[in-house]
Amino acid sequence: MLEFLTRFFTKNSGSKDVAKKRLQLVLIQDRGGLSLEVIEQIKVDLIAAISKYVEIDDEALDVELEDSTECLTLMANIPIKGTRTSR
Amino acid sequence: MAGKAYVVTSGKGGVGKTTITANLGCGLALRDKRVVLIDADTGLRNLDVVMGLENRIVYDLVHVVEGSCRLNQALIKDKRMKNLNLLPTAQIREKSSITPAQMEAVVNQLKEEFDYILVDCPAGIEEGFKNAIAGVDEALIVTNPEVSSVRDADRIIGLLEAAGIEEPKLIINRVRADMVKRGDMLGMDDILDVLAIDPIGIIPDDENIIVSTNRGEPIVLSGKGKCAQAFMNVVRRMEGEEVPFMNLDHPGFMDMIKRIVGIGQ
Repeated sequence: MLEFLTRFFTKNSGSKDVAKKRLQLVLIQDRGGLSLEVIEQIKVDLIAAISKYVEIDDEALDVELEDSTECLTLMANIPIKGTRTSR
Repeated sequence: MAGKAYVVTSGKGGVGKTTITANLGCGLALRDKRVVLIDADTGLRNLDVVMGLENRIVYDLVHVVEGSCRLNQALIKDKRMKNLNLLPTAQIREKSSITPAQMEAVVNQLKEEFDYILVDCPAGIEEGFKNAIAGVDEALIVTNPEVSSVRDADRIIGLLEAAGIEEPKLIINRVRADMVKRGDMLGMDDILDVLAIDPIGIIPDDENIIVSTNRGEPIVLSGKGKCAQAFMNVVRRMEGEEVPFMNLDHPGFMDMIKRIVGIGQ
């Protein structure tokens, strides 16, 4: 609500916020921390590890980086189709 | 006392390195400092034209390192100010005509005679960049308030650190107050947030820069306008003075009225 009011009164179109967010994410990769390939590899390893215990939907699997003001977060959303009872 | 060498660098091309080098050099000379500007952009030199000294080049940096002339013969003395000198580079040569070790030797020799040595770095991070940072003590990183040049600035900060040049200072160039005000341009705070280095200057976008470059007269020589003042503020900070940063997104009188009556921009 407050954000809405601020926006209303300042008439910000706010494309600089988009710029800032995009910069922060691209710099994480540039600084050699986590490249897209590394994230892809994490994804593959996650699938392998979790698949040992449960059946997952690797099509719907979603892994991405989020940069909040506090810290960098790796967000993984992994839908489970069923458990592997035979193991 | 030995002089101090600065590199003016950015990674990305076209952000204003050469204009800034010329203006800071003139500004320091206006304050009676002994200054030499080195154009390190071999093959694509431009500091000479921005300074209006292009017709006075006889010898250049490549001649000096190859030993075909003495260092003093290649220095062009600016007639407008007695303490200002330009060391141009060669136009029809390649970056590989000079090595970092040769560059360092030239910079060290100049430090004995001058208070400030400003090296105008070429765009890129290859040979030309490596030459331009050889022998310098400090770095001024130029960026514009947009994603590509800020990203490149970040890369340069990393490379400078790896080369042992600590704590580079940031100059944000071509800031448009109206756009920052309406949230369509990264402001100083946003850029400092992202890059995490200290600022030393914020320069407004000003069409008078084009006029002054057309004439080959750096804008600080006119002493007029916000731009000239912004450059002189950088000069004063280089000299260790505490100067508050210009508030370029400060709303003007008309904007206040508009905001009060609610018609916005």
